[in-house]
Amino acid sequence: MLNIALPKGRLGEKVYAMFEQAGYECPSIKENNRKLIFENAEKGVRYFWVKPSDVSIYVERGAADVGVCGKDILAEYDPDVYELLDFKTGVCRMAVAGPKNFHDDGQHTLKVATKFENCAKAFYAKKGRDIDIIKLNGSIEIAPILGLSDVIVDIVETGTTLKENNLDVIETVFPISARLIVNKASFKFKTAAVEDLTAKLRTMLEEKERE
Amino acid sequence: MSENILRKEEKIAFELRALYQKYGYLPYKMSKFETYDLYARNKEFLEGARIVTFNDTDGKLMALKPDITLSIVKNDTDGEAKRKVYYNENVYRASKKTDGFKELHQVGIECIGDLDLYDVYETICLAAESLKKISDRFVLDISHVGILTAVLQTLNCGKEFEKAAKRCLSEKNLHELQTLCDTYGVSSEKLTAFVGAYGAPKTTLAKIEPLCEGADEETAFAELKALCALLEKTPYADSIRLDFSVTGGGNYYDNVVFKGFIDGIGESVLSGGRYDRLLARMGKKSGAIGFAVYLDLLANWAREYRETDVDVVVLYDENVCVETLTTAVNTLIAEGNSVSAQKAQGELRCKRLVDLRGAKTC
Repeated sequence: MLNIALPKGRLGEKVYAMFEQAGYECPSIKENNRKLIFENAEKGVRYFWVKPSDVSIYVERGAADVGVCGKDILAEYDPDVYELLDFKTGVCRMAVAGPKNFHDDGQHTLKVATKFENCAKAFYAKKGRDIDIIKLNGSIEIAPILGLSDVIVDIVETGTTLKENNLDVIETVFPISARLIVNKASFKFKTAAVEDLTAKLRTMLEEKERE
Repeated sequence: MSENILRKEEKIAFELRALYQKYGYLPYKMSKFETYDLYARNKEFLEGARIVTFNDTDGKLMALKPDITLSIVKNDTDGEAKRKVYYNENVYRASKKTDGFKELHQVGIECIGDLDLYDVYETICLAAESLKKISDRFVLDISHVGILTAVLQTLNCGKEFEKAAKRCLSEKNLHELQTLCDTYGVSSEKLTAFVGAYGAPKTTLAKIEPLCEGADEETAFAELKALCALLEKTPYADSIRLDFSVTGGGNYYDNVVFKGFIDGIGESVLSGGRYDRLLARMGKKSGAIGFAVYLDLLANWAREYRETDVDVVVLYDENVCVETLTTAVNTLIAEGNSVSAQKAQGELRCKRLVDLRGAKTC
């Protein structure tokens, strides 16, 4: 039995549809109730919905064998897991954004508001830029408008929210999409099941791409 | 009853010490403290682990040991005989996963000196036997950093590329490895083949042999092949696999590296390898190989649920004299029970309750 952690929400539902297409359906998941765990013994899968940012924790600690989460979470928490597939869905990017016409003259400590502390730190450390991280939990876009920060490091999908708040993308930190992650120990003891799942998902994705 | 006193991880610690002693490894007892300087000089070996520091009475900056290997190695004297030691110690560190510092229990061995194939073989057999003592359902993954390093160096893309590529290999991350190679404009063919190179030693060796073309790759491949040929004849053969996602952290491993897994534990419980480079950096000629078993990971896995705290609770009050109570307690203990004498049971869970209260015995 493979335990699969899916991220609650739109991305999770999209990804579950891909698992279903690859032959790992679990009809009970579509029942409209508050259950969080769904099993299809015949197909050897047990799905559970968890908070997107928790998927990597479940997988890294072995509570789930397999999970699906965004590259943003993987980059931020750096879990010790295998990353076997790129679903190429949930595509967006981690980016630095600031007020229109913002110019970093490099003469002051750059104030960076973000939910993704580690990503921001690593990005600026590479450049050798001195920054002051302001950790926020939401509505990051408001920080530069109110003068709380100079720039933000956040996920940008279409850029609409940024535009509406008079912000522009300054540079891309890294591209994001949903990834299939696997617990390292589970891979050793459920090798065939994980390989089978990965191969079927890969075939399904390739077919989709050809379409 | 005496068997129940030791927790599973404590029993395993005893068994491992007995095993290492049988193979001539001597116990190495050390102080909990070390000068901070040692870790500052070898930061990479600790892979960014945070250290608890404090000032000694003379003002010197000290650390609570975050690691055992460095302390053992720094005292090595390049002697003629190989130094074989085992340890059973606590280390103190904060990893990226834990909130705050943790005390971690490790048991392990180090073999330092003029190493040859036998030493590597013996160490890996001891690693496999250590895992077997924990559970029959184990896997020992072996890899050779020398092969990977040589392959990466032939691509000639610099340290940054090598680091990123090793990371992709350790994640079995084909898609990012492909992107990385495309960015640097090099062929990804060889490297992606290594991502798929895992499984039984014989078949995996056959897969990677054609990839090992240069002199360095060939030497490293020959070492690994010779080792696998020996391991094939051991009772652990079915549990030993090759897996090139084991890349060995830091820059100190340049040869065989390995990681052990137990079914039911999400993280690797054993980690080791040959780290001659660390000694070279310390100006020593010796080679070194060793591993550590992370016993703290076993504590949760082997947690036994006990329905009761003690076998018998004996309740007494001021009417019961000490002699009567002592006799009652000792008789129950002699019958093989654990006994707790109490004035009230409270939340203590027991199989039997002996109530002496009320009976005037003094």
